[in-house]
Amino acid sequence: MSYRPERRAPVQALSEVSLHASEGELLAVVGPSGCGKTTLLELLCGLREPDAGTIECPPAALMPQRDLLLPWLSALDNAAVALRLAHMPKAQARARASKVFAELGLDGFEQARPYELSGGMRQRVAFVRTLLSGKQVLCLDEPFGALDAITRAEMQNWLVAALTQEPRTVVLVTHDVEEAVVLADRVAVLSPRPGRVVTELDVALEHPRRRTDPAVVALREQALEALGSERTSEREQVR
Amino acid sequence: MSTGKALRIVLPAAVLVALVGGWEIYVDTGGVSQFVLPAPHSVAGALWNNSELLWSNFKTTAIEVVLGILLALLTGFSAAVAMHFSSTLRRALYPLAIGSQAVPFAVLAPTLVFWWGFGIFPKLVIVAVICFFPVLVTTLDALWSVDPDQLKLLRTLDASRWQAFRLAEAPAALPAAISGAKIALAVAVIAAFIAETSTGATAGSATGLGWEIVNDITALQTAREYAAVVVLMVFAVACFYTLALAERRLAPWAHRSRGEVS
Repeated sequence: MSYRPERRAPVQALSEVSLHASEGELLAVVGPSGCGKTTLLELLCGLREPDAGTIECPPAALMPQRDLLLPWLSALDNAAVALRLAHMPKAQARARASKVFAELGLDGFEQARPYELSGGMRQRVAFVRTLLSGKQVLCLDEPFGALDAITRAEMQNWLVAALTQEPRTVVLVTHDVEEAVVLADRVAVLSPRPGRVVTELDVALEHPRRRTDPAVVALREQALEALGSERTSEREQVR
Repeated sequence: MSTGKALRIVLPAAVLVALVGGWEIYVDTGGVSQFVLPAPHSVAGALWNNSELLWSNFKTTAIEVVLGILLALLTGFSAAVAMHFSSTLRRALYPLAIGSQAVPFAVLAPTLVFWWGFGIFPKLVIVAVICFFPVLVTTLDALWSVDPDQLKLLRTLDASRWQAFRLAEAPAALPAAISGAKIALAVAVIAAFIAETSTGATAGSATGLGWEIVNDITALQTAREYAAVVVLMVFAVACFYTLALAERRLAPWAHRSRGEVS
């Protein structure tokens, strides 16, 4: 997938973004607030059309930061919602969803209503909903941004395990550089708006990765530096 | 929990006893003539002595109110959905819906009677027209305030417009429509009163409590008139709690953190 818009008013969210993700790869996109990360995901999910440039990507499924589970459905029915939308019979949809629930350690929570679940559990259900969309590409938009630090770390481990069980191509947008390095196969660093790719880092490390691992720390520093240098150069330009 | 439940009965009962007690003393000590304001004990007597008459009239009014509210729920909800889907329809009809609330039905009653006679139908129409408005407004607002991100998400899961409505919008609008009906209920009984007194009835049939109250006023049957009002009040309260119960059944998620329903 690549996206190369011409410069044009009124607001240009992205410019000269050329990104590629291989099948089964987890690509993390980090960047400052307002650099067009969400626009990028909306383009990938077909929620909007690019003004210029091309996107070569099978339609992707979105997992937003807020879980957006439907309060009137059980956790299982929320997870199975895409199957029901594709007119799969209820019993069959539930059977498929509960199989995934069991695989990913969510069994026992099938009948819970969203408001009975913790924030972390709700995000897990939201992730299963995204998985069961049947799409090959998953777009995760700061999926753990609203969680506390401990839950976030748990969720990151869980996500890695879940993707081992159910491999997909994933585009993860985050402003947490550490999260990007811990989870991703590759990290793309975007500049402030209009966002363009400043640098791409390969993370060739085995899972599970520890935050304190020197290789992880080094990559984190590299990414932060890329973000930071971009900011200083921009300030110089203003002068 | 049990003390809480007990309080829910004891508290309104205590208020009622205090009110009725004060009223009784006020009338008994000659504060006002029995023809103007009957004492509670004479109202109770009238209730007892006229129970058959009140009951048959009550049945007529109750049917008008219940069917009228249901009709209002149905039309209010459907109108809200239609206006939600079509902004043209909304622009065209919303001002009219507001205007309909300003119509004094004494003006329209002869026309309704001309069309549909003295039966129950014109009365239902009046109750429904008065009651559908709160349902329309609350439903429309609820449909309007469904999270746009929610709809976006469903779109990425390939939901059609209709599926998104069924999954996200209709369930959000349902408790709002019932809330609207609860508000409407407060005026439904008065609406039935207006309907009965403005459209009249065929002679000899049970004419409803509104009609009876008007007759009692002219006949100076003040105690019976108040007895009819008591019946209407009890009925309104019962209807309100029935709707609250229905809401809890149909939309349990709307009450998740409050625990207790009004």
